[in-house]
Amino acid sequence: MLENLFIDPTFQFVLFSAAKIAVVFGVVMTFVAYAVLVERKVSAFIQDRVGPNRTAPPLALKIPVLGRFLQRCGIFQPMADGLKFILKEDFTPAYVRTIYFWIAPAISVIPAFLTLAVIPFGSTLGKQQMVIADLNVGILYTFGIVSLGVYGIVLAGWASNSKYPFLGGIRSSAQMISYEIAMGMSVVSLFLIVGDLNLSKLIQWQADNGWLVLYQPVAFVIFLVSAFAETNRLPFDLPESETELVGGYHTEYSSMKFALFFLGEYANMIASSAMMVTLFFGGWSLPFLGKPADSLLGGLVHIGIFIAKMIVLMVVFIWVRWMLPRFRYDQLMDLGWRRFIPIALLNIVLTALGVALFNR
Amino acid sequence: MTKVVDRSPLNFYERTYLPALVEGFKVTARHFVRSVKGENTATDLGDGYYPEVPWRVEGGYRGAPYLVRDQEGATKCVSCQLCEFICPPKAIKITPPGPEAGPADRPNAEKMPREFEINMLRCIFCGLCQEVCPEEAIFLQQHYSLSGLSREEMIYNKEKLLKLGGVHAGIQKWKHKLEEAKEQESFPVNVG
Repeated sequence: MLENLFIDPTFQFVLFSAAKIAVVFGVVMTFVAYAVLVERKVSAFIQDRVGPNRTAPPLALKIPVLGRFLQRCGIFQPMADGLKFILKEDFTPAYVRTIYFWIAPAISVIPAFLTLAVIPFGSTLGKQQMVIADLNVGILYTFGIVSLGVYGIVLAGWASNSKYPFLGGIRSSAQMISYEIAMGMSVVSLFLIVGDLNLSKLIQWQADNGWLVLYQPVAFVIFLVSAFAETNRLPFDLPESETELVGGYHTEYSSMKFALFFLGEYANMIASSAMMVTLFFGGWSLPFLGKPADSLLGGLVHIGIFIAKMIVLMVVFIWVRWMLPRFRYDQLMDLGWRRFIPIALLNIVLTALGVALFNR
Repeated sequence: MTKVVDRSPLNFYERTYLPALVEGFKVTARHFVRSVKGENTATDLGDGYYPEVPWRVEGGYRGAPYLVRDQEGATKCVSCQLCEFICPPKAIKITPPGPEAGPADRPNAEKMPREFEINMLRCIFCGLCQEVCPEEAIFLQQHYSLSGLSREEMIYNKEKLLKLGGVHAGIQKWKHKLEEAKEQESFPVNVG
């Protein structure tokens, strides 16, 4: 009876999917925590500061040399941060629209994690494909989910029932919707070339024919900039803009609810980095490692390659934040509507012509 | 001399935003590399960081105001209350000696304050008390990190202020008067 259950393909599918979800969730959460640390350290170094270098559990300092070194690197800081978020007072102002105020953080964090479902983060490990859901409409699913992300922020801004969050929410709705168009158009040209919406097949095509960033540099630039706008990162962090809107849409939030927004922002960064790796940088493949792995070690190497590429893009995200000043709102809209959308359209037309001429 | 700032419109290369990216990267990378290599004088203080190794301030720094003693260990303040009157945030509160309190602890001073309190939570470190003091009895010194566990603790009394203030080995304003008076006591002997 029990043996039959384990052989049953449906059960196996459920089991492996659950395992993959758990592992991916855990890895992404760790990534979020340490991305925050890297952000703080990089910003500190760029701005001639020291960054977190004190937090350490007492036991860790007992290790000779290494303990002190890890303390100086701030390795233990994310744990302290997490603990702080959990233990802080969760304050709900009296004037908020309570129900929406409560669900907004959840709505903003869920899409960030959902997009990770279709991203192939490795080739195969044993017999399992290293993607949670190998959808044939992978990219459409991603864009569908990403566009949900705006609801969390708009709801938060509206439910807070105060000026600054409201302005932040309005800005973000306009910004994210405009840049989604440019973003969506920029990837159309990729799928014209590849001819398939399945992200695993996209990566296999890149492994065979070279990275798509070489074929579509314009699309990559548009996608990258739109990703900054979509994740509300500087230079496009107008929904948050600390200097003018206090904290933007999350001004009224505290404790774990704020942490969820924070988590959502970083999870979004990770998701869009992973997306860019998949779409433009050949996913888990390297020019000389293009075949799906046939051994356990090969599978792990592919996952490692994917994560390494992702980390590079994360560092780009983080570095740009400390490099560029924030755009003015009209400049942001101008860039989105009057530059990127026409360029993306032109790019589609030219790519279509190219495909029609050369791909007979 | 008038300096004419060049406001000519951006050329095409500049409008692509690329030069801004390149320059931004150069500046940030320079600072980043310098910090990582430990060559940054702003972050590398050599022997440690702030709470363990306190920040050293220069002489003109306006820190917390404390009362000082002269080089003979006497209280310089004569309870004139000018500092109390001029203090913009009303942080200073002086209790004058009144008729029943004893004389000052130095000759040539009529009185000294019975109690002298500065509320460090109110103090704005403006330095007006120091400027107005005719006896050079109060100085803004170099303490900048004042902390306490309660509001009461942050009200410094005379004893504490004198202890923190230390000795100000400046001029003793009434010293020559004292010496003249002493000479007058032995006046006929000198004539001799």
